[in-house]
Amino acid sequence: MHDFVFPAVTLPESASLLRQQVREFLKRERDAGTFTPRKNSWSDGDAAFSRKCGQAGYIGMIWPKKYGGQERTALERYVMTEEMLAGGAPVGAHWVADRQSGNQILRHGSERARQLILPQIAAGECFFAIGMSEPDSGSDLAAVRTSAVKVEGGWKITGTKVWTSSAHRAHYLIALVRTSPKEENRHAGMTQFIVDLKSPGLKLSPILNIYGAHDWNEVVFDECFVPDDMVVGEVGGGWNMVTSELAFERSGPDRFLSTYQLLLASMEQLGEKPDARSVNEIGRFVAHLTTLRRMSTSVAGMLTKGEKPILEAALVKDIGTAFEREIPEIFRQLIPSEPLMDNDSLDFDALLGMSMLKAPGFTIRGGTREILRGMIAKGLGLR
Amino acid sequence: MSDIRDDLEKTVDRICQEHCLKEVFMSSESGVWPQALWQALEEVGLPLACLSEEHGGSGLSFDDAMFVLRRSAYHAAPVPLAETFLASRLLSAAGLKVPGGVLSVSVAHAKDGLQLQESQNSPSLSGHAHRVPWGLSCDHLVVVAQREGQSYIVLIEREALGQSQSQWVKNLAGEPRVQFDFVNAPVSAFAPLSNAKERLLCEGALMRAVQMAGALQRSLEYALQYANDRVQFGRPIGKFQAVQHMLAVLAGHVAASAAAADAAIELSSEAPEPFFIAVAKSRVGEAAGKGAEIAHQVHGAMGFTREHNLHHLTRRLWSWRDEFGNETHWQTRIGEMALKQGAENLWPFLTRL
Repeated sequence: MHDFVFPAVTLPESASLLRQQVREFLKRERDAGTFTPRKNSWSDGDAAFSRKCGQAGYIGMIWPKKYGGQERTALERYVMTEEMLAGGAPVGAHWVADRQSGNQILRHGSERARQLILPQIAAGECFFAIGMSEPDSGSDLAAVRTSAVKVEGGWKITGTKVWTSSAHRAHYLIALVRTSPKEENRHAGMTQFIVDLKSPGLKLSPILNIYGAHDWNEVVFDECFVPDDMVVGEVGGGWNMVTSELAFERSGPDRFLSTYQLLLASMEQLGEKPDARSVNEIGRFVAHLTTLRRMSTSVAGMLTKGEKPILEAALVKDIGTAFEREIPEIFRQLIPSEPLMDNDSLDFDALLGMSMLKAPGFTIRGGTREILRGMIAKGLGLR
Repeated sequence: MSDIRDDLEKTVDRICQEHCLKEVFMSSESGVWPQALWQALEEVGLPLACLSEEHGGSGLSFDDAMFVLRRSAYHAAPVPLAETFLASRLLSAAGLKVPGGVLSVSVAHAKDGLQLQESQNSPSLSGHAHRVPWGLSCDHLVVVAQREGQSYIVLIEREALGQSQSQWVKNLAGEPRVQFDFVNAPVSAFAPLSNAKERLLCEGALMRAVQMAGALQRSLEYALQYANDRVQFGRPIGKFQAVQHMLAVLAGHVAASAAAADAAIELSSEAPEPFFIAVAKSRVGEAAGKGAEIAHQVHGAMGFTREHNLHHLTRRLWSWRDEFGNETHWQTRIGEMALKQGAENLWPFLTRL
């Protein structure tokens, strides 16, 4: 049985300094009117803001300097990300590239891909989308059917990816593709490719979400050519790469701070001396948040040590996303309001409404609650 | 795990496996003091774990003492280890000598009103102490009493306790909770300690959180064992996704409880840290209710019997979450702290340590 222990982590002095620097950076940008807090979460992006983050050295922090990184630790990066999210910064444009795509390229990409792409990501000028899900492959990732055939100098990809967030705003997509037919081992024969989203043979169509926004896309590949040096890692080794990055993807503060801005806005609505029940609920949320932060920091500490805390990350995501979903559900009862569908307004009714409309995605994106619980159960020795 | 933790775990496990037997649980619930269990703990010095070496203690760190407590709760050991720890910490904080033997504390019950006074040139105690844990068996009791607006830590011996003992009841775990009505009861020692009631409440809450974390861990282990052993519809019930998901949720509560309790322990070795204790008691208290529910659901009818050991844990969880302040009490305190910071300063407050 896996023991799911979350040891304490002491943040290094450098992390405290960095925390202050990020706070000052955000204050400057807020004062300059670059962004308005309270309404953003990490799914809201602003390319201009991402460039500023790049200039300030807040993207690709853990990568080597020769690729534009800062050679910081995962713990330092953790502090930067939680400050960005707590500050309500519009980090969405570069989030995926910084959190996972860049790491994949650094670890498994060709030297050309590293040199070409990583400095651009770190500069806040290059954004990524994730091409995993397909019409018949969601939680069951091994069911991907999009396939690639070897051609002179590269591969030709054919198939369809769906729910591809921000593909219409991103520069590249990392696609998980079948490079040999399905065998007994369903996890074999899959490969990751870096696909330039301007490539011929690609067709993007919007998939609107429940509040009518265009975030997702359908990406159709019709013999789309990808050169050999844009293959990520070994041909056929895609599955292991995807699953080994899950700890990065699932344990961070983005898995419990998605509605933190609504918690703050709700506190502002309730004023200094709200009724007993409201005080109580705020206290409960703060207790949960404090505990989640400790667990999530602990995972960042494990990552810094080079461990692969995939199960711990799944646990943090399961608890964290339940927490962030609960925030709008509780405050709608405490603050009489009629929620609005308006992603641009700072009106409380709109902030509440948009949190409610976004909430179903929290427990689906990046691994559904049910998939996570299945993994945890397996770790507990069931099955 | 460090070597010392490893040793402590083995020691507590050995003693509890030997002495926390069905008949010991049963007799302790009818008011019989589990002497052999306590004696075994005393032989290895564990009841003194919260006492520094210069005061005759075992020289364990506070973290290690809390580890011992957690592990004893993992076994649902029916003895006042937490209460003895609490009493010895309060006495030490007040600069008083800690007597050996079984100690307990008044639990800062809302109805308590204890006054320290001088009568015929000797100090005495009057007033009521409610629901004193293990009040039937403790050799000494430590209470917080008031005199002229100052709070005092007061030590009372068994003889005085016997004369003041009123009715006793059982908490849900069957542990004795005793009322004492003191009328000029003789006091063996006393010393002022500022903020004593708050200190008692906070440390008591911390220790209950630690105990709940231990009991939750064992509840999870029992539930996993049962899910793997119990066969229905031709397969172990742990093969069913519905059961797996319940257990995954329980594991989340167990892990969060350990994390919340650890954070509070780390910051409270010298003096209690109220914010993190409030987080621990409320978060673990919530986990206790939800966790016990899942553990029972997985065990089906078997776990509802006297026969199975699960109830020794879950009945303690249900009692402990309400002792030294329930979730609402502590959540309210956290909420007040958060509102005092205001939305703008909440994050700096949460990340200050």
